[in-house]
Amino acid sequence: MTLFRNVVFVAALAGLLASLVMTGLQAWFTVPLILKAETYESAEPVHDHDHSASAGAADASHSHGHSHSDGHDHGDGWAPADGTERFTYTALANIVSGVGFALLLVAVSEFAGGISSWRVGAAWGFAGFAVFTLAPGLGLPPELPGMPAAELEGRQFWWLATVAATAAGLALIAFRGTVVLSLVGLALIVAPHLIGAPQPASHESPVPVELHRDFVIAATLTSLVFWVLLGGLAGVLRQRLIGRAGNLRDQLA
Amino acid sequence: MNTTSLGIQASSTSRAMQLALAALLGIFIVGFVGFSPLEAAHNAAHDYRHSMAFPCH
Repeated sequence: MTLFRNVVFVAALAGLLASLVMTGLQAWFTVPLILKAETYESAEPVHDHDHSASAGAADASHSHGHSHSDGHDHGDGWAPADGTERFTYTALANIVSGVGFALLLVAVSEFAGGISSWRVGAAWGFAGFAVFTLAPGLGLPPELPGMPAAELEGRQFWWLATVAATAAGLALIAFRGTVVLSLVGLALIVAPHLIGAPQPASHESPVPVELHRDFVIAATLTSLVFWVLLGGLAGVLRQRLIGRAGNLRDQLA
Repeated sequence: MNTTSLGIQASSTSRAMQLALAALLGIFIVGFVGFSPLEAAHNAAHDYRHSMAFPCH
């Protein structure tokens, strides 16, 4: 299991480093916008929903449904306290999933021969960004708390299907090299958007459009930096590991 | 033998198995953090899910 161990080692280190940077970027750029949106969400006037069918549907999409209570309440279950505790759990989620994304990136790139430099790694990172952020974000832009959205299960299914189709499409274009398969790949990338992501009955929201626009930009760019950094780091670490294994040529390359 | 590989002398079948295992582990981890319907998991990863544009709520 040398290969498995090495993949996990490279992925754990690259994922940890990239997600620490992303945690800093999120704390600076995205989380303040989430907290700001929650002030609109909790201030959401209940009477607005009584006589508006569309807003009522939007309200129903919130599984927590306790918008009258203080703060951002997600039901009666445990939630981290605002401040340090909440930040710590966000950082933990970042690190754990950062390692998960890194495992995927390193394992898949090994199938294709492996990442041979930080530049190749950055390109792999761009592909990860396209698959996990750009493609699903076209139909389901990053959303803020308090924004109306279609039913969760439908959106999760569309998200997963879009990620899978985009990854398969990119792989067909990049690694199969025939015109026909490249066209099939292109069709796979486009198809989820022709079908369309589940949308709410109304996009009317207490969250200002400007705040959402800023959040879409911040979330998308934060993710871009994470992915490119992750790919680049994976390339650097992989080459170092191979160098330490005694391969002189790769050490000097 | 592929000298530029991370697995120095793995047979191609064992190579594919190990890589598939690593990828599956990655999918499992990302899936749990991003999609677990457990309320505690959702609340703990709330700001992360919004920031990474996972469907949330």
